Amino acid sequence: MSNPAIVVENLSKSYRLGVIGRHTLQDELRFWWHRLRGRNPIDYMGKVGEIGGRNAAAGSSQEKGLFWALKNISFTVEPGEVVGIIGRNGAGKSTLLKILSRITEPTEGGAVIHGRVGSLLEVGTGFHPELTGRENIYMSGTILGMKRIEIDEKFTDIVNFAEMENFIDTPVKRYSSGMYVRLAFAVAAHLEPEILVIDEVLAVGDLAFQKKCLRKMEDVGHAGRTVLFVSHNMSAITRLCSKAFLLDSGKLVDSGPAEQVVGNYLTRSAAHQKLRSANEPEIIGSDPVTLCQVKVTKENGDPIMLASVLDELTLDVVYRVSEPDLNFRCMIMFRTQGIIAFSSIEPVETIHHEPGMYHSVLKIPANLFAECEYSLDVSIFTSKGIKKHYVKERDVYSFQITDPMTGNSARGDYVQGYGGVIRPLLQWETVSSPIKVS
Amino acid sequence: MKQHKPYKIIISAHLPWYHVPWREIWEYRDLIKNFVRRDLTAVYKQSVLGPLWFVLVPLLTTVVFTVIFGKVAKISTDGIPPFLFYMCNMVLWNYFQNCFSGISNCLIKDATVFGKVYFPRISVPLSLLISNLVQFTVNFLLFLCFFIYFWCFTTSSIVPSWWALLLPLLVFQCAIVAMGTGLWLAALTAKYRDLTFALPFVAQLWLYGTPIVYPASLVPEKYQWLIALNPMTWVVELNRFALLGVGTVHPKLIVIGLLVGMFFLLSGFFLFNKVQRTFVDTI
Repeated sequence: MSNPAIVVENLSKSYRLGVIGRHTLQDELRFWWHRLRGRNPIDYMGKVGEIGGRNAAAGSSQEKGLFWALKNISFTVEPGEVVGIIGRNGAGKSTLLKILSRITEPTEGGAVIHGRVGSLLEVGTGFHPELTGRENIYMSGTILGMKRIEIDEKFTDIVNFAEMENFIDTPVKRYSSGMYVRLAFAVAAHLEPEILVIDEVLAVGDLAFQKKCLRKMEDVGHAGRTVLFVSHNMSAITRLCSKAFLLDSGKLVDSGPAEQVVGNYLTRSAAHQKLRSANEPEIIGSDPVTLCQVKVTKENGDPIMLASVLDELTLDVVYRVSEPDLNFRCMIMFRTQGIIAFSSIEPVETIHHEPGMYHSVLKIPANLFAECEYSLDVSIFTSKGIKKHYVKERDVYSFQITDPMTGNSARGDYVQGYGGVIRPLLQWETVSSPIKVS
Repeated sequence: MKQHKPYKIIISAHLPWYHVPWREIWEYRDLIKNFVRRDLTAVYKQSVLGPLWFVLVPLLTTVVFTVIFGKVAKISTDGIPPFLFYMCNMVLWNYFQNCFSGISNCLIKDATVFGKVYFPRISVPLSLLISNLVQFTVNFLLFLCFFIYFWCFTTSSIVPSWWALLLPLLVFQCAIVAMGTGLWLAALTAKYRDLTFALPFVAQLWLYGTPIVYPASLVPEKYQWLIALNPMTWVVELNRFALLGVGTVHPKLIVIGLLVGMFFLLSGFFLFNKVQRTFVDTI
């Protein structure tokens, strides 16, 4: 195949805002009634997007009335590329996938796609609650574009993947939500179009099943299929995708190698985080201890949002002490996936006689973090005598760890899913002793 | 994996109105089959009588009609046992009406599915035509039982004719008209939701506007043109003539009916084809 898999040219999609939403015949009649009486109906009727309309102010004032969910997007995807699409909520990612999977049409521009497209924008599309698991596999499979013969061939695989041999002839309305999702994803995972379009469907099921889906996705990528993949899971993006597109307010703002784009994206979104800066010494407040800045750096450089498991990192905590003779220590908690991965506490608690700016530096060795997004909680407290917290802040900083799958990491030459929220490099030794046969 | 012919999909804001993905509709034929299967099995699951409802509904309607129009209102049935008179067309009409209302509602009913995955939208209406055909067959067999009973064991003046061989054509015309008008309404309901409320009323009105509970001969002369424009008139009249031997069907009526049916089918199809491209944005 010499043709690119997907060529997108000047793709734009607008939704009408500020124009009257005439969704019922009654509204239509009122509209014409106001017109007939020579009034401007807009003054008399509600506008779309007025209440709860997302990004209503995003469009420039010249284009009043139109909300551009996508604006002049152009890109090319070569066959076999796995492309991640990232961006904040409302950036237009889902709209893009909807257009590419032909659920709706663009307002301007177009795209040419070479190959069958399978889209997975939701888990369990086309499931009917009254039908059995078996019937739903066929129903959902054909809706997703499979032929009956294809499903026949893969039927056993699908059932095994979903781990539900015993319930296959039960109506799915009797399933637990977990079973439902497993079966639905199993069907979707066995889709074999040349181009696969996936929207955030991996965020379902329990953790073990998610890992399984990610592995399946990796297989899909390795099988030379073209994949477009929207996710908020940055480690999944960097792991699975060779290339990434960053969308912001409907525009394509960055594209390139996945690592790089993810890094840029995280740095951008960090700008939205309220990070305290050490350059503002006039911090108001009479607290004895005030947290000024927290940053994670690589080789004492700029604050980073993205690092690899092989990087040695430095964590800087800057705080101001405004009372003399305080004793305290720092504690950092590393949170990920809703749990505390680990925490680190300053081993000794000393009396700090002088008020002023303080710097606590924590060295984090390579091969400690797993491929996760970590967020940091900082506490400064005393535990001598009565325990007292001077500072207790959640989510003051977050960063993403990726796995380049090379170098001397805990992974070795293993390339598949790797569980756990930390991934220390430990010493392994395997010895054999002959078995005595009596 | 089988080798597919190289596939090329063009997505554009300016596809012409006559652009129809014929090849894809064919490729998705398994989906149509599955829709049919779903419609047939899912509807009556967890109901006591199950598929028996397929036959009960038209049967009960016929009984009601027989009592109301035959016994109470005493509308002429041209000498045919009222039960048979009503049933022969109720079976056909039932097929038409199920298709018509099913297709009119199809975009709204499955809106969540349409919003999440692409498949040729027309496969839903097509599958409805087929699944209702199954129901029609069952009902027709039931009608045949009654027919044979009345023909052999009573002294009524039933004269079936060879025209009965045209029955598949009549069913086909029902499908065409139901598809055409159904697609029109489906396209419109996607924008104006309140048409869903008007729909049962339209169906009801159409039923009474078609000579089913009365013979066409009962209609005053000055309204005959209206009856002629109704593409279902000749269908029920010919059906009754073929099976029971009553009534007259003017060839002019057939031609007009066919033309009107075709008009609805083509205009409805292309309107639907246009609307289905972006209807998920407005629904």
